[in-house]
Amino acid sequence: MTIPFAAALSQIGPDSDVIVTSRVRLARNISGFPFISRASNAVRLEIMRVVRRAVEQPSLSNESDRGLRWIELQSAPSRDRILLAERHLVSRHFANNDAPRALALSRDEHASVMVNEEDHLRIQFLCAGSRLPDAFAAAVALESSLAETTNFAFHPRWGYLTACPTNVGCGIRLSAMLHLPGVQIAGEVGRIKRAARDLHLAVRGYYGEGSESSGDFFQFSNQTTLGASEEDLLGEFHGNVLPKLMSYERDARAAAMEKQRNRIEDLVFRAQASLTAARLLTAASATRNLSRMRLGIVLGLLPMDLARLQRLLLQVQPAHLSVIDPRAAEGGDAELEARAQFVRTTLAQTSS
Amino acid sequence: MKCDHCDKHALVHEIVIRNGVSAEVHLCPEHAIAAGYPLPIESPIADIFPQLAAAVKVEGARSKERSQTCHACGLTFGEFRKTATLGCPACYDAFMPMIEQMIERAQAGATHHVGRAPTGGAEAERSQVLRAKIMRDLELAVASEQYERAAKFRDALNALDAPPP
Repeated sequence: MTIPFAAALSQIGPDSDVIVTSRVRLARNISGFPFISRASNAVRLEIMRVVRRAVEQPSLSNESDRGLRWIELQSAPSRDRILLAERHLVSRHFANNDAPRALALSRDEHASVMVNEEDHLRIQFLCAGSRLPDAFAAAVALESSLAETTNFAFHPRWGYLTACPTNVGCGIRLSAMLHLPGVQIAGEVGRIKRAARDLHLAVRGYYGEGSESSGDFFQFSNQTTLGASEEDLLGEFHGNVLPKLMSYERDARAAAMEKQRNRIEDLVFRAQASLTAARLLTAASATRNLSRMRLGIVLGLLPMDLARLQRLLLQVQPAHLSVIDPRAAEGGDAELEARAQFVRTTLAQTSS
Repeated sequence: MKCDHCDKHALVHEIVIRNGVSAEVHLCPEHAIAAGYPLPIESPIADIFPQLAAAVKVEGARSKERSQTCHACGLTFGEFRKTATLGCPACYDAFMPMIEQMIERAQAGATHHVGRAPTGGAEAERSQVLRAKIMRDLELAVASEQYERAAKFRDALNALDAPPP
């Protein structure tokens, strides 16, 4: 399996100075089948057969950029599975287990359907920048196409039925990955997290549930899925919550530039120097320093293309790096050396 | 320590982990039973507080609920409590009272779905079924003097009557 390099994570979009990506995910289960926790391998394979038939209708599986390809995860090489997780197209747990499961993925890598994750289907659309309404429209369109040949479990009172009862109703997860170095510098991360919880939002790290935030990237998502329509949830999250978070971060950056410009410049240029000098580089250190360079770029301190930096953030992850430099697959110092060399070379090219 | 939901003394203390975030739960016997937590029946406190005797009696009735099994998939209530994951769509009806409370708590008190539904010929019928269901819930809530719940059901009915955006 070859995966073309078109991940949403390496692009930029509206409000990319703060919002890295937007994602909409719909949880659906097929009626007549048990949920995944009670599904035998035979049932899982049958679910895959039903979804594959729905996915392979000509309007969905074609040669266009939006055309879906079917990837059977249990027979895919481990490195490819981790590549998908590093691109936020599948969860780490989904990438790493051995049960029958699949991913239908569009060529442009925006649209995808995880089959046999916690729910039978997780239909998602991921794109760069603040584009939740577009992602919502695309995810709903994909869901409607799949529903033409598949009956989803639906309850008159609870709406779409999900394996975890707290996701019922719309079964929708709206999320945005935010870069919040300004909030971090101001020491306000705890406050933002508390405010988010009061608004029934979940705040997670760079790699979703259970992961630590790394490089000041935070993923915000709704937890309420019942008692409000999809449009209302979208309106609240995209029209109210995200603008507030964005202005909070932008104000924090502006205040820091006005009052502590030296400190910001020190952070940014020291990060750049560290990355151009390092001979051994861990993924965590690369992410942290690239995050600081990202701040420098959006503040106009560093003359570098933001999309190029986004791509680099992805390329320093272990599986991506091992595609670029096979030495990285050995782990240990070989991996750290390969990463340092790749980052040095790339930064030298972009600054020349 | 006080109960999370009222001013009574909390008897059940648990740490729950939801979506990777841990939170402390402190509940009085009444709210503990409502949320499906087992009471420390063996505790000598049961002899000291008379109001607990009544609670333990209710608990006896609830233990029947806990031994319930979904006939469609075989999931037991105990297994559900351990994983918070259901086995099949029919579990929603099999473990109804517990699920109702769990959902309302997780969903900021919301009681009914108002968003998209599968399209097709069955849609009109489905909205009729939903309306009938909410009205029944409303009547039950009024009959048992649960006026706050009744108001929520009334809101849900009004939402159904509102013209689509």
